[in-house]
Amino acid sequence: MTPKRKQRLLIVMFIVVGVSVAVGLTLFALNQNINLFYSPTQIAAGEAPQDTRIRAGGMVVDGSVKRDPDSLFVQFDITDYDKTVTVEYTGILPDLFREGQGIVAQGSINEKGVLNAVEVLAKHDENYMPPEVAEALAKAGKMPQPEGQEFNK
Amino acid sequence: MAEKKWMPRWFYQLASPRWCYQITGKLLPWFALVAGLSLIGGTLWALMFAPADYQQGNSFRIIYLHVPAAILAQSAYMLMAVAGAIALIWKMKVADMVLKSAAPIGASMAVLALATGAIWGKPTWGSWWVWDARLTSMLILFFLYLGVMALNSAIENESTAAQASAVLSLVGVVNIPIIKYSVEWWNTLHQPATFKLTEKPAMPAEMWVPLLVMVVGFYCLFAVSLMMRLRNEIVWRERRTGWVRELLSKQ
Repeated sequence: MTPKRKQRLLIVMFIVVGVSVAVGLTLFALNQNINLFYSPTQIAAGEAPQDTRIRAGGMVVDGSVKRDPDSLFVQFDITDYDKTVTVEYTGILPDLFREGQGIVAQGSINEKGVLNAVEVLAKHDENYMPPEVAEALAKAGKMPQPEGQEFNK
Repeated sequence: MAEKKWMPRWFYQLASPRWCYQITGKLLPWFALVAGLSLIGGTLWALMFAPADYQQGNSFRIIYLHVPAAILAQSAYMLMAVAGAIALIWKMKVADMVLKSAAPIGASMAVLALATGAIWGKPTWGSWWVWDARLTSMLILFFLYLGVMALNSAIENESTAAQASAVLSLVGVVNIPIIKYSVEWWNTLHQPATFKLTEKPAMPAEMWVPLLVMVVGFYCLFAVSLMMRLRNEIVWRERRTGWVRELLSKQ
């Protein structure tokens, strides 16, 4: 390599490393703002602001879904296997909504610590399988479950 | 210069537009053949023979377009960054041309990934778009492509344009690891990767083999369109040289 090229190589490396460090520090500083949602643990610890619109994410607790027979009102708990938050919502739930499914709810937390949701989104996990395999795994009790870790980064 | 060469011989040969034109002409039909076979075969396999997903039913099949397009959008950008570095350090004209030719292809892949993701997101998540880290960083990648393309066409002088877009490609490459790890570093709506190099895929073989075929097909399709654009670019920029005139007069 000629000295000229060596110098240009250094400049290129300086650009890449410099930009990486700058962006890395920015992202580190903005860390909390980049998260799409708060986990139930963060909400229980008081990290989520009250009376303003936030998102909460977690797994729908088995047996916690209560539907009002006369309206679209539904109440359920979401958990990260550590803490639990109750969500109330009036509206149509996504097709994938079910007990044991990860969801992200947008709304505000009232004084009782209940999230009044205006939007509920289903969070799909990375596992895909044909129905027969899912049935066999469910029978054997080996259905892959998203870990609580997935909601608590 | 008596100094020892740093790179293998083919690297220096690539610097010659004429040699590059000839070798891509020889490689082109093979890549086109593999691309055609694997894209047609992979599509039929994915749509007709792969099993449906237990939760999403048939709507999961969009993965066979979404994942290859997203992989290619990122690979094409990394290729642009490498070409940009080579262009800046060795002042290689062919690297400039590779960078310029790859940008529109990568941009189309990014659009395809974003569009298929939105179409899938509506029935699965319940929303077309969410500002989570993965989706936002992918959108930034698309804007970076547009930036490189705009820089290339805005600056009249070819070598200045190439230098500017090489620097932008290098600056933007920091976004690639952010896209990849966004689902691990932050809470996102987008699910983590189904494929990891170190682990077994989180789907059975009858689902991931057709996906792999599609990925190979997309890479070959990318290679074919890159080589075609590159050859065009070479002929245009070398239009005043003897060998191009000879080539054109033969046709």
